[in-house]
Amino acid sequence: MAQDEAAPKTGSRDAEVLVAGGGMVGLAFAVALAEAGLEVVVVDHMDPAQFREEAFDGRSSAIARGSQQALEVLGLWQDMLPAAAPILDIRISDGRLGTLRRGGASALHLHFASEDVAQDTPEAGAAPRPLGYIVENTAIRRAGLDRVRDLKTLDFRAPAQLAGVTRGSGGVEARLADGSVIKARLLVAADGRRSAQREAAGIKVMEIDYGQTAIVATVAHSRPHHGVAHEHFLPSGPFALLPMTDAPGERKEGEKGETVHRSSLVWTEKRHLVAAMMAVDDAAFAAELQRRFGDSLGRLSLWGGRRWSYPLSLLHAERYIDTRLALIGDAAHGIHPIAGQGLNLGLRDVAALAECIVDARRLGLDIGSATVLERYQRWRRFDNMALIAATDSLNRLFSNDLPPVRLLRDLGLAAVNRVPPLKRFFMRHAMGLVGDLPRLVKGEAL
Amino acid sequence: MGETERQPGAGAASVDAEEIAKFSAMAEAWWDPEGKFRPLHRFNPVRLAFIRDRLCAHFGRDPLAENPLKGLKLLDVGCGGGLLSEPLARLGAEVTGLDAAEKNIRIASLHAAEAGLNIDYRHGSVEALAESGGRFDAVMNMEVVEHVADVESFLSASAALVRPGGLMILATLNRTPKAFLLAIVGAEYLLRWLPRGTHDWRRFLRPSELARALRQADMEVTEMTGVAYNPLTDSWRLAPRDLDVNYMLVAARPEAAGKG
Repeated sequence: MAQDEAAPKTGSRDAEVLVAGGGMVGLAFAVALAEAGLEVVVVDHMDPAQFREEAFDGRSSAIARGSQQALEVLGLWQDMLPAAAPILDIRISDGRLGTLRRGGASALHLHFASEDVAQDTPEAGAAPRPLGYIVENTAIRRAGLDRVRDLKTLDFRAPAQLAGVTRGSGGVEARLADGSVIKARLLVAADGRRSAQREAAGIKVMEIDYGQTAIVATVAHSRPHHGVAHEHFLPSGPFALLPMTDAPGERKEGEKGETVHRSSLVWTEKRHLVAAMMAVDDAAFAAELQRRFGDSLGRLSLWGGRRWSYPLSLLHAERYIDTRLALIGDAAHGIHPIAGQGLNLGLRDVAALAECIVDARRLGLDIGSATVLERYQRWRRFDNMALIAATDSLNRLFSNDLPPVRLLRDLGLAAVNRVPPLKRFFMRHAMGLVGDLPRLVKGEAL
Repeated sequence: MGETERQPGAGAASVDAEEIAKFSAMAEAWWDPEGKFRPLHRFNPVRLAFIRDRLCAHFGRDPLAENPLKGLKLLDVGCGGGLLSEPLARLGAEVTGLDAAEKNIRIASLHAAEAGLNIDYRHGSVEALAESGGRFDAVMNMEVVEHVADVESFLSASAALVRPGGLMILATLNRTPKAFLLAIVGAEYLLRWLPRGTHDWRRFLRPSELARALRQADMEVTEMTGVAYNPLTDSWRLAPRDLDVNYMLVAARPEAAGKG
């Protein structure tokens, strides 16, 4: 694929919006604006060919219903669909090492199935729509990179470096390392957790280190997952196996190729234990997994032979905007992966900011003006704050082994499970279908 | 600093630079959405949407298309710092901004240049412009009639500036006790949104009075709508039946030149 990546464009020009960062969120945002006819320049320091490599990022992302609807409107979903595994059921359980029973993890406390929210499926008897999907990040990036080529008003510059940016009442002027100058009305920072543009603007962040590290890998298992996502709470942190698409198996001599059932592992562990887990060989690692997860998916092994680890911390920018600057995605907030909401929050930012910009532009207003940016901040910051607080307390509640806390959360999970309206409420929240929804998230065009 | 210190060699050019600095500071005040003109900034989206939609409906255009007002010659009367002129220019219109205060014209010109917009700003009155034979597809009289001394002369000159088949759009305040309470007591005295004395309630026109004056100027009133403020969302919306305080009005100039 790398060779059909067009040579990076160069040259000075005027645009309407400059996006710093062409990752999943930055590209989706640029696509949303370009679809609406805006002139957008995206600058990313990475070589897109490298983006497409699996080794770059082994993670998968949960795509909630609302996000999927937005991606569909943006013409990105079709491209990633072959790599998207539907989540039909979520099983949440609370366990302690050593209490796991053979033949299935611990006692089952909470179970969300797509039938539980099926009241929004119009025709009775039709297959319920999935709760969400698990998609490999690489596939999401590929979809974005492919879409860039169809959009005439999207100018993707990568690899390229932003050498200097000035933002003022008159506009944004950015100098690239190759000497070209990009002028725009607004700069949007989608440059990740360590956002250089956020720092340059002097926007402070609140950051809490969880002392946990997530080990991420793709796991092969001998039994199919049937679309079930397992979230298993252990005292050291949540341990999740999320359904992925089957992969063609390796052909061994004399055998016919079989498909491999896969799940994405997100194993949160106390940081000081992670180094050891990263160092052991694949077989020993798989044995540790099996010990934690039980054998409900059969024999577990490491697929693709790679493990990644990501230290976990919570991060929230004290404000999302500055003069002619807006932060989106991880540049604005980073949350615990416990509820699989990271990319979903980012895509909601995308949908909300794109809507604020497009609405203002249709009235002829200055799209980088404080009025427009304030609307975005009011819309998103509170929503994100609520979710950050919820995922944070979820993690604290479950990364805990005090007996009274255990009892309470077990009672709580069981209670939620028995009250369908309450359960539906949680599910619709997790699916991104609650609140003042941007048009894209509702599946409408901008 | 202070006293009568003069830079050696400071001549006319430096006076110009000082002037520009002064006006650009004033332009920043005009364009600060949280500043002195905050109420106008908050009101801007609702009136812009109204103007765009009515112009598009009248001249047969798609309001959601790129540059929906492309090629339309518009006059913005009482343009101030250009809060209305600039968006209309961005929507593709050829805008002339008119203001009786020369200071405003300089502020607006400076800001438009900074924004890279081509707007024809002029200092003067509608009467003078009408006399010089100006003609526009549409004339915008937004938040001005409540400030003019001679409404009849103002409206007939405005009407003369509308080409046959063209449109005039107005926004103003009603002369009701509620308007007195909200626009004068509330906005000027309690909330301090506007400097005291911005409005003189006695100059406010009732919709019927404004419509009558327009008909006398050979304009056909085609629509009237109220505009209501929601303090919870700090935003304005059209309220077709509530014309008690703020209202907008659309009038068309008949295709056949005046009934006489």
